Amino acid sequence: MSAVDRPSPLHELRERFGFWRRSYAMLIKEFIQLRRDRVSFAMIVMLPVMQLLLFGYAINTTPHNLPSAVLLQEDSDLARSILKALENTAYFRFIYEVHDVDDFDNLLKSGKVLFGVEIPRGFERAVRRGDKPALLVAADATDPVAASAAMGSLGMLVQTALKHDLYIGDPPEMPFEIRAHARYNPAAVSSLNIVPGLVGTILTMTMLIFTALSVTREIERGTMESLLSMPIRPVEVMFGKIIPYVLVGFLQAFLIIGIGVGLFGVPVLGNLFLLALLSTLFITTNLAIGYTISTLVQNQLQAMQMSMMFFLPSILLSGFMFPFAGMPAWAQYLGECLPLTHYLRIVRAIMLKGAGMQNLQFDTLALATLMLLAMTVAVTRFRRTLD
Amino acid sequence: MNGGNGIAIDVKGLTKSFGGREVVHDLSMQVKRGSIYGFLGPNGSGKTTTIRILCGLLTPDSGEGTCLGYDIRRDAEKIKRQVGYMTQRFSLYQDLSVRENLEFVARLYGLADARGAARDMIKRLGLSGREEQLAGELSGGWKQRLALGACTLPSPKLLLLDEPTAGVDPKARRDFWNEIHALAADGLTVLVSTHYMDEAERCHEIAYIAYGHLLVHGTVEEVIAKSALTTYTVTGEDLNGLTAALTGKPGVDMVAPFGTSLHVSGRDVAALEASIAPWREKSGLHWHKTSPSLEDVFIELMSRSKDNFQ
Repeated sequence: MSAVDRPSPLHELRERFGFWRRSYAMLIKEFIQLRRDRVSFAMIVMLPVMQLLLFGYAINTTPHNLPSAVLLQEDSDLARSILKALENTAYFRFIYEVHDVDDFDNLLKSGKVLFGVEIPRGFERAVRRGDKPALLVAADATDPVAASAAMGSLGMLVQTALKHDLYIGDPPEMPFEIRAHARYNPAAVSSLNIVPGLVGTILTMTMLIFTALSVTREIERGTMESLLSMPIRPVEVMFGKIIPYVLVGFLQAFLIIGIGVGLFGVPVLGNLFLLALLSTLFITTNLAIGYTISTLVQNQLQAMQMSMMFFLPSILLSGFMFPFAGMPAWAQYLGECLPLTHYLRIVRAIMLKGAGMQNLQFDTLALATLMLLAMTVAVTRFRRTLD
Repeated sequence: MNGGNGIAIDVKGLTKSFGGREVVHDLSMQVKRGSIYGFLGPNGSGKTTTIRILCGLLTPDSGEGTCLGYDIRRDAEKIKRQVGYMTQRFSLYQDLSVRENLEFVARLYGLADARGAARDMIKRLGLSGREEQLAGELSGGWKQRLALGACTLPSPKLLLLDEPTAGVDPKARRDFWNEIHALAADGLTVLVSTHYMDEAERCHEIAYIAYGHLLVHGTVEEVIAKSALTTYTVTGEDLNGLTAALTGKPGVDMVAPFGTSLHVSGRDVAALEASIAPWREKSGLHWHKTSPSLEDVFIELMSRSKDNFQ
């Protein structure tokens, strides 16, 4: 026996492929664990589908079919014509027709309706005389977003309706706020904008959390001690833990975009291959950031908290919720540091504008830089000992 | 000259502190190749820390040495390749099956045929038929066998076992030790920490460590001889009364009941005999001088070290 136990030549040879071999061992292990964790596995599919269906349909800045009531104090042709016009916009659904002011007030107060339209006595005659009578609209403004959007549309749509009315030459001025509004059905625009954004947001959330928990879970379960006593390097652990989730993220992106195209009619004007490629880059960037979080914290609870700390600014400052250009300069700089900001530009540009790689160089470069940065931090932060 | 042909572990002056508290103090030890080296000591005495330093999981604050001829500071990665470390707490993946756990280890160490190696180990462990069972669902004894299997799978030259038999039933414990002896017979060096005296007696050499200090080492006989302890075994009536009467008397270092008998021990023979003289002739009590058991020695060491280091 020699003084130092040297590995055999065959072993040395295999050692050259050691990196891939050990990463592969780790990868297989992670896959099996993921597959066995049924709840997580179900979440991979359910989360994007649920969120997309929920938000795609639910988040609508221009709500319609708002329950409304009408206080009809005269039963004229003009009044009927206005109501019909209102209903045709699909914004309002008149579920009550009352003739008494108290009933009208109670409906609003109880929340049974969000809007009330009052057509006063002598309305048609006043219009014909050109007196510009008031068409009273009462709105439940406890939800200002719902109220203001619908009120804005109300003004314009009533005007349009009256213009076509054969009884009237000029429409009367309306005593409520009128806001500029898109000509075509605004509801469709909401989901056009939201679906591509959701791809990025959902991916950020799921990817971040999956890897943020990965290292701390090993520490908490005590398996890290045995893993560290084996000949595996930090980079190999990282790759083994990230790669399975790249596929998971890819599956999620595929689901979201598929549903977006199939259910919400979102177009993909650009190159689908480019979209897939850059989505993979974005997925990997998020996984690397999650993994970095994992190496910085002590336990899974802290990992969750830190993920949320990263996730919230991602939603608020990336341009998903509020227009990026509308933010102050410092917030924009902060937003540029978030992968979601760049991915939102990429995904919206490819899907809605049909942009190609030449338009997206900056954002692609930014994503790649963030990914490498996160990976470097993760590998240097990964503790090879228990010190 | 270190890492000589016959020495697997050779360390000098290992010291390690956590948050200002010294857990291992100036520890030096040598372990011969192919021997089973027992590591004994009370809880929190630094056994686990020492083992972790040896396998590169912790870096010592000071001290140096070699493990299988590799420097423990510089060559941690090389040491890891040839050392099997069985942690105190079960640290295989609970949500992986027996087979998957073994295959993971085999792949990580680059065994040529990971599946084959895992299959052979399952057979060897007697786990056939349970290979698809999740490791977390195994009983304590089986978990411990699997853990031993996982750390011997890559054919290490040195096994570090940290309290491997804690919480395992006597039958499983015996099987486990038979396995360890079989491995040592094949040339494997084994360092094992334990609380059990019967296990200590099955080691080729033992070391006793308390409060980070290695107090004594050698074969069981040497350790007993070094203790210079004189022990009297007493049998008879009212041993409880005798315990109370003798405790704290000059020369009486330890009074400990052993089943139906009482062990009275002390290092100062003259003082001990003077103190027990009044009870020697008492009817109903039978005295005879014996050599102290390993347990006597350790309990005495433990109580003495408490005075010194606490």
